[in-house]
Amino acid sequence: MIEAVGPIKRKFAPWDDPALKPFIRFENVTKRFGDFTAVDNLTLDIYEREFFALLGPSGCGKTTLMRMLAGFEQPTEGRILLDGKDLSGIPPYKRPANMMFQSYALFPHMTVEGNIAFGLKQEGMDATSIATRVAEMLELVKLEKFAKRKPHQLSGGQRQRVALARSLAKRPKVLLLDEPLGALDKKLREETQFELMDIQMELGMTFLIVTHDQEEAMTVSDRIAVMNHGVIAQIGTASEIYEQPASRYVADFVGDINLIDGKVTAVADGVATLRCDGVDATIVAEAGPGGIAVGAEASFAIRPEKVQIAMEPPPAGTPNVLAGEVWDIGYLGDISVYRVRLAGGSIVKATVANLTRIVERPITWEDKVFLTWPVDAGVILVK
Amino acid sequence: MAERRTRDVKPFLGKWALVAVPYLWSLLFFLAPFLIIFKISLSETAIAMPPYTPVIAGVSDLWTKLSDFTFDNYVFLTEDPLYYSAYLSSLRIALVSTVLLLIVGYPIAYGMARAPKSLRNALVMAVILPFWTSFLIRVYAWIGILKPEGLLTIALQGLGILGPNEQVHIYNTEIAVFIGIVYSYLPFMVLPLYAALEKLDATLLEAAADLGCPPTKSFWVITFPLSLPGVIAGCFLCFIPIVGEFVIPDLLGGSETLMIGKTLWAEFFNNRDWPVSSAVAVVLLIILVVPIVIFQNQQKKA
Ligand SMILES: Nc1ncnc2c1ncn2[C@@H]1O[C@H](COP(=O)(O)OP(=O)(O)OP(=O)(O)O)[C@@H](O)[C@H]1O
Ligand SMILES: [Mg+2]
Repeated sequence: MIEAVGPIKRKFAPWDDPALKPFIRFENVTKRFGDFTAVDNLTLDIYEREFFALLGPSGCGKTTLMRMLAGFEQPTEGRILLDGKDLSGIPPYKRPANMMFQSYALFPHMTVEGNIAFGLKQEGMDATSIATRVAEMLELVKLEKFAKRKPHQLSGGQRQRVALARSLAKRPKVLLLDEPLGALDKKLREETQFELMDIQMELGMTFLIVTHDQEEAMTVSDRIAVMNHGVIAQIGTASEIYEQPASRYVADFVGDINLIDGKVTAVADGVATLRCDGVDATIVAEAGPGGIAVGAEASFAIRPEKVQIAMEPPPAGTPNVLAGEVWDIGYLGDISVYRVRLAGGSIVKATVANLTRIVERPITWEDKVFLTWPVDAGVILVK
Repeated sequence: MAERRTRDVKPFLGKWALVAVPYLWSLLFFLAPFLIIFKISLSETAIAMPPYTPVIAGVSDLWTKLSDFTFDNYVFLTEDPLYYSAYLSSLRIALVSTVLLLIVGYPIAYGMARAPKSLRNALVMAVILPFWTSFLIRVYAWIGILKPEGLLTIALQGLGILGPNEQVHIYNTEIAVFIGIVYSYLPFMVLPLYAALEKLDATLLEAAADLGCPPTKSFWVITFPLSLPGVIAGCFLCFIPIVGEFVIPDLLGGSETLMIGKTLWAEFFNNRDWPVSSAVAVVLLIILVVPIVIFQNQQKKA
């Protein structure tokens, strides 16, 4: 075996090790506000040193989950364990978790420096160490020049960075980041993402991050939980979530996907045949997790980049062929998206990488095209 | 181009009108009465109606009679220690009362700001409810409570704290004045404090707790500093009128309490010395201009 030179992300999968105990554990946690259930009987394990992302539509309970862990809300039912200890009854100021608030919650009467130093002062750290740490944090978020400003003298993105620096300054065992980078421009966001990953590795902290940016979740996190209406729809690594979505909901929520409805007509060796009357086609594909029965209503899910598009009809006997007409082409720089209209009127997307600086594309509007894909390119998901 | 110019002129005029109206108002209702008082303070006492000899009869007279102006009344104020100690006593009573008001008012405002949203408006109503009764009647009511054979004595006797022949001797003392002032001015302290505290974002306290700050400490490092504009507004709204307060010390303080408002009244109605009392009023105003200017600067900053 060859030793890897330089930094390489270690194989890190504590969730696969049954001997390891989770560091943070939500155990059948339910949170109700009046008769509204924000978090519904949710169980979730997060391991030490893990970078864990929560993904989900607005209002699905992500912030509520974090606030319960930080101690601002009490679970209506269930309990939360940190390092094996039940957190109920421990006030927020005694919990070893720091939170970066979605609304930043910067202290308006303190300077940027004062905000960042606040948590350190509570610890009773000496003045020189505080000054060093604050300078370090300011450098990290690139706000050295703004140390003496008050929050209202900063831009939105600068404020967000102060909030991030303030929550990081104490180097907590657990850091909760509620949309930490949403207000930053793409370049700064990417830089900060990598900085965050470095810090997390270096200091061995456990991060729980909420983000609406799927790419961000996939970049930074070890595992992702996709939430929907207070429950977890799927937990897995980025590639598991993307390539093996457990449900139509997850498939649809994460990334771009084509969904074709049909009825299962045959199942053999984990490969199912789906009759799709809507598009007048028969699709053969791997069945998703959790078995599949003949006669079941199901959806075939395939990512646009796995669909091949061609002008010539494929050789006879090729599985999975759809014929259609190019309806629309979107040029995105690195890729082009072809929206193909099938006989039944439904649209299937196929993306093609722009490998050369083509001036004239071979396939253009209103061309008759054929869409094909191998048997293992998509999954069949039961409704 | 021409079209554009006309469009520019209109808002310009409108803006000036907007600025001018409050100035006109101040001129009419503040500066004019002040000038009249100031003029009286420069004239000489006379046993007549009005009880002073006007120095100026008209504007045309102004230059010819300028030599008749006299600052004797002001010189007189410095000669008699009565005025000097009345001013000092007023400032002291106003200062102590303001501190008491802050101590009493802050918890009330804090409680109101922390009450459920649905209750808050009702609580604000409760604070301003006393204004529906005449201020004078409410101060008189305190006489009924505080006098030796009043309600307080009866209550304390009933509770067995006082013996049947013992009485509370608060009435006609400075304590009664403080009670009356704190009671009467409380809304002026509570409302600005409430306004400041209600604005306070509760997530700031959560953020402080999250960073390891216990609640009692976060009150002093977050809540109180952020309520300072309210504290300043409340203190000045109380301090300034209390310095010139007349009714409360007159009704509750007896002869023991010396306040400039009472001195002014006595000078005006008992001695019928309008010029001297006008001088007293002008000096009072000058004394109060200092805190008023400080207050205005603070408001500008906030
Ligand atoms: N204090 C509260 N009282 C009543 N309902 C609440 C309260 N806090 C949150 N909720 C409700 O609980 C649900 C979940 O809220 P939460 O803030 O956790 O959403 P979120 O997933 O963080 O959404 P977003 O992505 O928009 O931040 C929402 O429907 C919200 O209206
Ligand atoms: Mg949220």
